[in-house]
Amino acid sequence: MVTRGKLLFVVAAFVLLAAYPYVAGQFGVDLVTKIMIYAIFALSLELLVGTTGLVCFGHAALFGIGAYATVLLSPENDAAGLWWLLPACVMAAAAYALFMGALSLRTKGVYFIMVTLAFAQMAYYVIHDTKIGGGTDGIYLNVKPVLKVGGSTLIGLNDAGSFYAFTWVMLLLVFGLLALLLRSRFGRALAGIKANEQRMRATGFSTYPYKLAAFTISGAIAGLAGFLFAVKDGVVNPELLSWHFSGAVLIMIILGGLGHLRGALIGAFAFALLQEFFQSEAVFGAFAKHWLLGLGLTIIASVALLPRGLVGVPDQVRERLLGNQRDRRSTTERSDERT
Amino acid sequence: MSAPDVLLRGREITRRWGGLLAVDRVSIELERGSVHAVIGTNGAGKSTLINILSGEIAPSAGRVELLGHDVTAWPQPRRARAGLGRSYQRSTIYPSFSVFENCRLAAQARNQKPWLWWQSAQRCEASTTAARAAAHRAGLDELLERPAGLLSHGQKRQLEIAMCLAIAPEVLLLDEPLAGMGAEETDRMLALLAELKASHAILLVEHDMDAVFRIADRITVMVNGAVIASDTPQAVRLSPAVQAAYLGGH
Amino acid sequence: MDFATFLIQCLNSLQYGLLLFLVASGLTLIFGIMGVINLAHGSFYMIGAYMAYALAPLVASTFGGGFFATLFVGLVLAVILGSVLEWAFFSFLYEREHLQQVLMTYGLILVFEELRSLIVGDDVYGVKAPDWLAGTIPLGEMMTYPVYRLFISGVCLALALGMWLVLTRTRLGMMIRAGATNREMVQSLGIDIKFLYRAVFAAGVAIAVFAGMVAAPVSSVYPGMGNQVLIICFVVVVIGGIGSIRGALVAALLIGVVDTFGKVVFPQAAGVLVYVLMALILLWKPDGLFKAG
Repeated sequence: MVTRGKLLFVVAAFVLLAAYPYVAGQFGVDLVTKIMIYAIFALSLELLVGTTGLVCFGHAALFGIGAYATVLLSPENDAAGLWWLLPACVMAAAAYALFMGALSLRTKGVYFIMVTLAFAQMAYYVIHDTKIGGGTDGIYLNVKPVLKVGGSTLIGLNDAGSFYAFTWVMLLLVFGLLALLLRSRFGRALAGIKANEQRMRATGFSTYPYKLAAFTISGAIAGLAGFLFAVKDGVVNPELLSWHFSGAVLIMIILGGLGHLRGALIGAFAFALLQEFFQSEAVFGAFAKHWLLGLGLTIIASVALLPRGLVGVPDQVRERLLGNQRDRRSTTERSDERT
Repeated sequence: MSAPDVLLRGREITRRWGGLLAVDRVSIELERGSVHAVIGTNGAGKSTLINILSGEIAPSAGRVELLGHDVTAWPQPRRARAGLGRSYQRSTIYPSFSVFENCRLAAQARNQKPWLWWQSAQRCEASTTAARAAAHRAGLDELLERPAGLLSHGQKRQLEIAMCLAIAPEVLLLDEPLAGMGAEETDRMLALLAELKASHAILLVEHDMDAVFRIADRITVMVNGAVIASDTPQAVRLSPAVQAAYLGGH
Repeated sequence: MDFATFLIQCLNSLQYGLLLFLVASGLTLIFGIMGVINLAHGSFYMIGAYMAYALAPLVASTFGGGFFATLFVGLVLAVILGSVLEWAFFSFLYEREHLQQVLMTYGLILVFEELRSLIVGDDVYGVKAPDWLAGTIPLGEMMTYPVYRLFISGVCLALALGMWLVLTRTRLGMMIRAGATNREMVQSLGIDIKFLYRAVFAAGVAIAVFAGMVAAPVSSVYPGMGNQVLIICFVVVVIGGIGSIRGALVAALLIGVVDTFGKVVFPQAAGVLVYVLMALILLWKPDGLFKAG
């Protein structure tokens, strides 16, 4: 059984998110849509880093490929069919993830981090320098995709409200899929690889195919987030593949709390809000353009002081108050406590 | 007398690291129903040998045969799936999982079925049954829910064996299972090995000489990578070469 | 391509490769000895370049010194900066997981970038080579080659040789290499491991700063230069092979060639070529070109 507290938190979060557009203005809806897209992106990385222990510093490339595929595959002046465009973009990202993973997973530890960063740079330069990507200015999506059955439009994404709802559904589906995946045999195998790969191999698991599958699935979900991003703003630019964005999504899951799906949700929110905060001229005046300084210091502080992320704060506080008499149960990872 | 049932055979196994000869043409046979101990001083090549047999290191020359197949080129996971179990000198467990989950995940290796993504792993009958059985055999029934990282040293060694058994192997490669154990725990472990002996072929690398002479049916002595004696415990104890090279101080 | 142009590109490849090797060795030194992956290593390179720009007039007016005086002052400042950073920040990273090191040093990059933006601004600057090195030497009938680039190659080679000598022939080098493999043992031998690590870190920083200072006249001084060089250094380490200095040298030179000739032959794809090279090598040799040693 998933513990009641965690289930309650997740249900509450989704209910609040569903209700939000009814009370918020346009800016709020736009911001939270963006945050939900970040959350999907963060969830994809959580599968790779938090569950399997593969620290990938190039995940933005998969996000960016999903985004660029959306624009490049859409017809110039007509609405693409959502039913084929979405899967196609997800597949495009998955394909690059397969390539990237196949070569990167031959390395380990720090070298894996370096190699994934380099492969992401490769994609970045292809988009940035060659004619495919339309250069540094990026390219525009002229008409958003629709889902049409017969003559009537089932899903139109043109107004902010319906796009918000669509994104919410996607987030729910991704969260649910990952929750199922993590408690399945496959998910437990990934957790075992993170906990002790040597023992996994000694018992008979060929770990490379598992890791590659995790990498590809993770890339596919990142591609989905990229697709949503492209449809939302109607424009993509090469910075979506930059390693700064790869760093940002890593920070999201660390900030939220590694090893927990809800950590990805919390982290995406926290990061986006921090970004808004440090960029706000109301608070920082002229310094607002140097918002990366605040972000950098926050990253350093949160890694140093919140090793378990925001998810771990209640436990950290409890430990402080009770003097390290931790509840024994909380140290056992049951397969169903992953959310 | 029936012909000996050789489950694992190493032929002329050699391993070089640059100029150093770590294992020098070692041949070894593991028969069902026996415990074959490998002893030797530090640096004798025992660890390298066991790593070659398990598939973690490739030999520079020689062959490894498991249950009749030539597995020299097989990676470790494949050998494990074919029936080769391995325990490590340093407990190689999943510290954050419960004892039960440790065994269950090990047992899952036999029934991987990763494509059943909607099914909870805890409902996998095959792995949960095998896990309970293995934990029971290793004497861990009372500790199933405890996080493995919180076990005592001796209990961790028991878990190490349990995880080995969970994959239903036919051959067991045990690397110093008695390391750091007190007298009572050693007795329990030896009793378990005596029980397992009947249906398995066991390779035992150990430093505890008393235990070795109690349980082993065959002893191979290694010095500087080469075998200097391979015989019954009695013969080995009396061998002058062994006494000179190894048991001299006893 | 005529022969003179070919020769020029070869010399450029050599110069770029050796510079890369120098910066990459600082990175691998710190990683190999202390086990810390420092993403901010590229920032030190950038700091060096900006120092070359900002210090030159200061040194000229205060000490009346020229190029070498500026280099010397820069190095002293770099050693101080490295020591302080190690004491205040990096010493806390030794025991941490790689992911945490990656993130904390990434945060440091952002801090350095913004501090630079606040102190010196975001403009691109040029730095002049000293007059006595600013000449050219003739190559063939019509082409010439800048002396300063040869100077860079020479200096990088000399430094690399110096590092190798110190690490393999001196007692200090022996202590450093011992500290890399067995920290506790070195401590129990009475050697102050804290001082050793601080010295190694300061040296690593100084090497990167020096490389930046020396490269400034040819690469110019611009905001993103630190990050660019860092990522290429990663590629050097990955191609060269885990822990191999020889590998790093070969990889750096290989990248120098591919990048330099790539810009001339395939200007469109120039940025990607280095990564294609890396992908091909990983396909062929998953562990990189050489093993450790």
